[in-house]
Amino acid sequence: MAEGIRADKLSVVKQRQTILDSLSFSISPGVLTGLIGPSGSGKTTLMRTIVGLQIPTKGGLMVNEKSVGSSALRSEIGYVTQDPAIYDDLTVEQNLAYFAKLITAPKQSISNVIKAVDLEPQRRQLASTLSGGQRARVSLAIALLGNPSVLILDEPTVGLDPVLRQKLWKLFSNLAKNGKTIVISSHVMDEAERCEQVLLLRDGKLLWQATKANLLKSTSAHSVEDAFLKLVGDKK
Amino acid sequence: MIYHISAVLATSQRILRQLSHDHRSVALIFLMPVILMSLLWWLYSDNDAVFDRIAPALLGIFPFTIMFLITSITTLRERTNGTFERMLVTPIAKLDIILGYTLAFGLLAVIQSLIASSVAIFFLDMNVAGPEWFVVLIALLNALVGTALGVFVSAFAQTEFQAVQFMPALIFPQFLVCGLLLPLDQMPDLLESIAYYLPLTYAVDALQRVVSEVDLSKEAWRDVWVLGAFILAAIVLGAASLRRRVK
Repeated sequence: MAEGIRADKLSVVKQRQTILDSLSFSISPGVLTGLIGPSGSGKTTLMRTIVGLQIPTKGGLMVNEKSVGSSALRSEIGYVTQDPAIYDDLTVEQNLAYFAKLITAPKQSISNVIKAVDLEPQRRQLASTLSGGQRARVSLAIALLGNPSVLILDEPTVGLDPVLRQKLWKLFSNLAKNGKTIVISSHVMDEAERCEQVLLLRDGKLLWQATKANLLKSTSAHSVEDAFLKLVGDKK
Repeated sequence: MIYHISAVLATSQRILRQLSHDHRSVALIFLMPVILMSLLWWLYSDNDAVFDRIAPALLGIFPFTIMFLITSITTLRERTNGTFERMLVTPIAKLDIILGYTLAFGLLAVIQSLIASSVAIFFLDMNVAGPEWFVVLIALLNALVGTALGVFVSAFAQTEFQAVQFMPALIFPQFLVCGLLLPLDQMPDLLESIAYYLPLTYAVDALQRVVSEVDLSKEAWRDVWVLGAFILAAIVLGAASLRRRVK
């Protein structure tokens, strides 16, 4: 059975505006994949479509060989929204305990994810008293609960300090190595340097899908940002 | 299965935990009805008959209004801060969320009604000919209608300011035509007909009956069933208002 994510001419139109325009791509498990593009390029809509919140207007989108939005997929996907969707009036541990119960994750996984995102000292702290970066990590920890096979992370490292960002990218890389299908969006081109595979998105269109090495080689660029600019220039 | 008991319990536990961190809100929920009842008692201290007529009805109206407000704002917050979406990508059923809310706020309503009724009956000498527990039951049912209705209307508000505006739109008209200010049979025909489609009418009728009837009449029990039907309808509407997927 083919695991991972597969899109076939996927389009999303909202209020007569085309947000995603006939995207076809595939993302395999075990490959750290970056969804890179400027703000407004359709990254969040694509991620919402993958997790089943957005209904595709046309085309197909399969996750682990199941149609997106199917109830069977709900326990297989971990999702981090751009703004941390957590309860401010609960502690870190209480936030995690609630979502662990919804997905019937074992209690032990709460401690594991707290450790993974380095929030042990803040475990019993109210989320409202945490810094922006700490709140983002609570949101990430919730997505990691239950060991989902697919992780969809919408700008999970925005606003974090460089040391922590490096630590989290290492965590993402390890998760991918362990066979997870992992998609991380970012509007910061530098972040793409850490990905093995890159999907470049602009104005709802897929500019490029390749491994980072292939992208740089094909465009004769030195960085992903350079490659992006060359591709945009070519399209014009 | 359309609902999962563990998710319902987890959701209600989570809501109660959230409230436990907000001492001011908890104090307002439990004390405001008592303060308002005391004010009413003071206002009519020379006219016990008026207090006895109005006070039981207010015991039903307070939990309805308070729970409607709290739920509509709390639910709207969940819709706007993304936690609803986060819940909806998990295996939780939409009904689990509404039932979780209903259970949590229902529990608060029981405590609120017990405090308010006890104060009204034992300290303010409110005369109730029928069983006192019936007053608490009606107050609880009213709170549950308010809770489920609050979830439903939050779907039509984009800001907390808009959510609050639903109170004059949905609660005040019911208050005016529920039979407290003017008996139903003395109202213009159209208003009387409309009143029979509103839950507060049945709550006030039940509470006015328990004040004057030693044994609960068939009509008092009819009011209970009608309120139960309103709760069920509001829960279904509330669950329908949660959209797991958008176009």
